[in-house]
Amino acid sequence: MSSTTDSSESQDASLVRISDLHYSRGAKPIFRGLDFAVPRGQVTTILGPSGTGKTTLLKMIGGQLKPSKGSITVDGKNVAKLGRRDLYALRKRMGMLFQSGALLTDLSVFDNVAFPLREHTDLPESLISHLVLMRLHAVGLRGASELYPAELSGGMARRAALARALVFDPMMIMYDEPFTGQDPISMGVLLTLIRTVNQALGLTSLMVSHDLAEALSISDYVVIISEGVVVEAGTPDELHNSDSAWTQQFLSGSPDGPVPFQLSAPDYAEQLLAGVSR
Amino acid sequence: MDRIARFGRFWLNALERTGRAHLFLARMLGALPSLLVRFPLLVRQLYATGVMTLSIVLVSGLFVGMVLALQGFNLLEGFGAESALGQAVALTLVRELGPVVTGLLFAGRAGSAMTAEIGLMKATEQLSGLEMMAVDPFRRVYAPRFFAGFLALPMLAAMFSAVGVYGGYLVGVEVLGVDAGAYWANMQSSVAFMEDVGKGLIKACVFGFVVSWIAVFEGADCIPTSEGVSSATTRTVVYSSLAVLGLDFVLTAIMF
Repeated sequence: MSSTTDSSESQDASLVRISDLHYSRGAKPIFRGLDFAVPRGQVTTILGPSGTGKTTLLKMIGGQLKPSKGSITVDGKNVAKLGRRDLYALRKRMGMLFQSGALLTDLSVFDNVAFPLREHTDLPESLISHLVLMRLHAVGLRGASELYPAELSGGMARRAALARALVFDPMMIMYDEPFTGQDPISMGVLLTLIRTVNQALGLTSLMVSHDLAEALSISDYVVIISEGVVVEAGTPDELHNSDSAWTQQFLSGSPDGPVPFQLSAPDYAEQLLAGVSR
Repeated sequence: MDRIARFGRFWLNALERTGRAHLFLARMLGALPSLLVRFPLLVRQLYATGVMTLSIVLVSGLFVGMVLALQGFNLLEGFGAESALGQAVALTLVRELGPVVTGLLFAGRAGSAMTAEIGLMKATEQLSGLEMMAVDPFRRVYAPRFFAGFLALPMLAAMFSAVGVYGGYLVGVEVLGVDAGAYWANMQSSVAFMEDVGKGLIKACVFGFVVSWIAVFEGADCIPTSEGVSSATTRTVVYSSLAVLGLDFVLTAIMF
């Protein structure tokens, strides 16, 4: 009885729960028993060296890839087991900000932001226009509404994509490297935006980022992944005080430590002396 | 041993890909009814695939018709049968060259563009973005392009043949001096609407179906890199051209 109560309580506290997740790309294992939960209503950041499958994880939470073992539940629903209709219903409540922005290149910025509303609702055009302009104003791109994605810089495209991800008032939003390519001003705006949007709209934010200082400054909870498993999870303060060599190496950005900078390769001197490049 | 394994792997991959292409087609056909709601999307794709291919089809049709008249005149003149030129030009165009050459031109102009566009949408995560916005790419991207291609090709083939017949008239009647009355009258008496024009259009419909299917599938199935998109575009043109030529033989054997 008590275990049922525990599980329902934990389900309420966490919006996304990842249990014993396994996934391989070809012969290469990406996740080897990943376990963690994303607390509801907070900003959670996933950190990890390049190639640990952070973007893959976001895609799996969105149901675009299926795990080979284990489960991902979002708001109590096992994503991999959902039919297409239910999956689409769930996705309408999730926003995702892709690294490249993923704006539709044949539509203007305005039409891109209006796109989810036009696809999924019958709202009158005047209301859509208000909603879109409000979101564009929030990301500072109201003046770019008539531009096409090809005319935007990388950073602007990402902000326009953020406006699009927010336009449908999702319950959670996933950010894939949101800070890459932002100038200092838009970086500051974006940081504030992610934080305030999370609070004001009661969202749950899940972020994948390499920009440590920025990501940690607005995160409530941080998960560090390496070699397919969770190395450490906790609040930014807890991580700073951690004795784990993995965590300290990652936070200090040192090339020496348990995370190798070099991919596994034959002996350097031997390979050079052999005189054959491959 | 290695060679046998490679041979086996090649065929297994080919078989798996064919299976994927058929499942893809089934989902695309399933998404067709949604086009009734998204009619503007279909119109936009008809413009991109059909209207934008029109100029190359018309110019080619004109020249093919003119060449047919030149060659036909030389041949028929030997038998004193140059009055049958209209019939020869029209039958060749309507039955064979109209659908086949339009199919090949369509594969090169519109099919390659479809593959490249969808491939780049995949490479720039636009397709993933659509899926994450709960918008089915089959309804929004694939089905409108596929159906537009299927509709556009027969219309283009008909226009190719019409312009070709006029090109034949220009060279045969205006330049080489065949009697205009004989050119049109022989054509009218020997070209049957259902038997010749109808069957030619059936060919064009089949080519439209296959070329659009190949083009959309190759785009959606490509490896999302510059090299992947470029080789998918090449595959579209090669497979579509071979399919048009191969199917033309099969359809001719069955229908005529």
